[in-house]
Amino acid sequence: MAIKGPAGWFQALGASALGFFERLGRGHLLLFSILGRLPALVPRFGLVVQQIYSVGVLSLLIILVSGLFVGMVLGLQGYYTLVDFGAEQSLGTVVALTLVRELGPVVAALLFAGRAGSALTAEIGLMKATEQLSGMEMMAVDPIKRTLAPRFLAGFLSLPLLAAIFSAIGIMGGYIVGVQLLGVDEGAYWSQMQNSVNFWDDIINGVIKSLAFGFVASWIAVFEGYDAVPTSEGVSRATTRTVVHTSLAVLGLDFILTALMFGEP
Amino acid sequence: MSPDIEPLVSIRDLHFARGRKTIFDGVDIDIRRGQVTAIMGPSGTGKTTLLRLIGGQLRPDKGSVRVDGLEVPKLRTRELYRLRQRMGMLFQSGALLTDLNVFDNVAFPLREHTDLPESMIRDLVLMKLEAVGLRGARGLTTAELSGGMARRVALARAIALDPMMILYDEPFTGQDPISMGVLVKLIRELNDALGLTSVIVSHDVQETSAIADDIYLLSDGKVVAHGSPGELEHYDSEWARQFLKALPDGPVPFHYPAPDFAEDLLAGSEGGRAWQ
Amino acid sequence: MRTIEIWVGVFVAGGLAALFMLAMQVSNLTSVGETDGYEIKARFDNISGLNVRSPVTMAGVRIGRVVDIDFDEKTFEAVVSMRIESQYDQLPEDSSASVFTSGLLGEKYIGLEPGGALDNLADGDVIHLTQSSLVLERLIGQFLFSQGSDDSKEGAEP
Repeated sequence: MAIKGPAGWFQALGASALGFFERLGRGHLLLFSILGRLPALVPRFGLVVQQIYSVGVLSLLIILVSGLFVGMVLGLQGYYTLVDFGAEQSLGTVVALTLVRELGPVVAALLFAGRAGSALTAEIGLMKATEQLSGMEMMAVDPIKRTLAPRFLAGFLSLPLLAAIFSAIGIMGGYIVGVQLLGVDEGAYWSQMQNSVNFWDDIINGVIKSLAFGFVASWIAVFEGYDAVPTSEGVSRATTRTVVHTSLAVLGLDFILTALMFGEP
Repeated sequence: MSPDIEPLVSIRDLHFARGRKTIFDGVDIDIRRGQVTAIMGPSGTGKTTLLRLIGGQLRPDKGSVRVDGLEVPKLRTRELYRLRQRMGMLFQSGALLTDLNVFDNVAFPLREHTDLPESMIRDLVLMKLEAVGLRGARGLTTAELSGGMARRVALARAIALDPMMILYDEPFTGQDPISMGVLVKLIRELNDALGLTSVIVSHDVQETSAIADDIYLLSDGKVVAHGSPGELEHYDSEWARQFLKALPDGPVPFHYPAPDFAEDLLAGSEGGRAWQ
Repeated sequence: MRTIEIWVGVFVAGGLAALFMLAMQVSNLTSVGETDGYEIKARFDNISGLNVRSPVTMAGVRIGRVVDIDFDEKTFEAVVSMRIESQYDQLPEDSSASVFTSGLLGEKYIGLEPGGALDNLADGDVIHLTQSSLVLERLIGQFLFSQGSDDSKEGAEP
């Protein structure tokens, strides 16, 4: 089968391109069928609540701890950079803008991919491997509606909340380091922040970013699980792919969204 | 033909291929109402595929699959789902939902398909669990079940909606003799007590013949033998005899096709290079 | 089952509280008051560096924000609309407006100087007395120019 030399090389290239487009197509078809089934979840919101627990609540601890430390590091770094210009009063602005615009949505999404996305993929992949999805189909229960759609919706709803918590805790962390330890004026920390952080331009755009990341991260996680080769090796590969693809997608999307939102003065 | 003797499932001229591998090449099967029909054959003859074709999870390349008068491959999703509510399927692994406990697994189809109040669901679930002898295990998680118990729970779930037919995919594989005996007894008793129609796909000749009314032997995509267990004992086919008596050699050779042994040994140097 | 629901409730409430904190404590949402207050205009020759949402101050206290910046093609002037918070409604009609910079390189803002008139500014009024932005490049240019002319004089003398 395998042709050697340049011809074989082109053959492999063509095959992998075909495989890529095939997966892209399957991913979108799955997304459409998930989106089409979301209205059916309204009367059964209990399913979504249960998934918000495993996707959102169980990610809380890592989000809280990382948020606090990221905020504290920002406070420290920001202080030592700003104090050279005598501008340590602006520490609040630096910490808040960094978190609300970028680090909150992005780092929360990366942590989400590692904590919740990988778990979602592994769970769905194992359900496929142990014939649970197929069993549901034979019980006349649509697995996309019963299993995938609630998980997708839960991820999509949880990430913005996690990102907001991350930013809020981070700002508190910056406050602890900047104000309590390094002696920045407390009033300046908050008032400078309030003066330069704009609700619509910064906070709402941050929320929009995290909604977009939540959408993409949940989609990738659910698709990789559903599309996994139903063996233990296949599921482990799918889990890795979820983390890698979500991270890349989040960072790429972040660039595009940032350019769109903050590009124009 | 009067409706009484019309078979519940009738398969005609079934062709199905997966990739280049032909799995069914013109298969005719009738599954009669109220009976236990066994479909046997060596591993890899597509017995599970047959169940998926009956359940509408796969579509045949050619031929017809009729279940209770409905042409399964032509059904639309909604009609197919309505038909599946009247079929139970027992997967080889049990396919219990791992995030639910025993009680909730059996209650699952009831909760999905009916609006019964919780108290009635409880009664029904306990009834079904009692039928498989696991009423006491209702609080266990799926991880705490042995393989045999998992299959019995799956059986209780399969009969939860009082189906007309149950499809069993290799129900005896990997069971210890006691749970095997329990399952054999359960399949026959449930079939007769609930007026079901059962289809067992298996390669466990002894256990299956013990409870089957009708047996189909499949090999190489064709039906090679068909009849009651008694008829098959005296069936005039060397292959059927080899399979039913579990003889190591016969029409199905012990050796995978290979060149002559002596020649192969002499060609050692060439073979050795291939490993490098 | 119930504990799950309680935890989800706590989680959602926490997330919304965090959003609320970001909105109220971190951003300027509380001090926007987009529809609150009254709007006045001022015309400047040059406002370089001034933005929509830049602060408007009087005696160093922020009393409003720039809400719109327009260019008048007939007079080649910048028309700046400012929204002043409604509690500051006693500003004299002949107040003057200047574009200032906070610190050497900081952001631009508009500073109002009170006049002596008895009437007060009201919605839609225009401030006539204005002073434009100090453009750093122009200052440097003027400085270099004067230096340069000094040099040439010195060089021409001997």
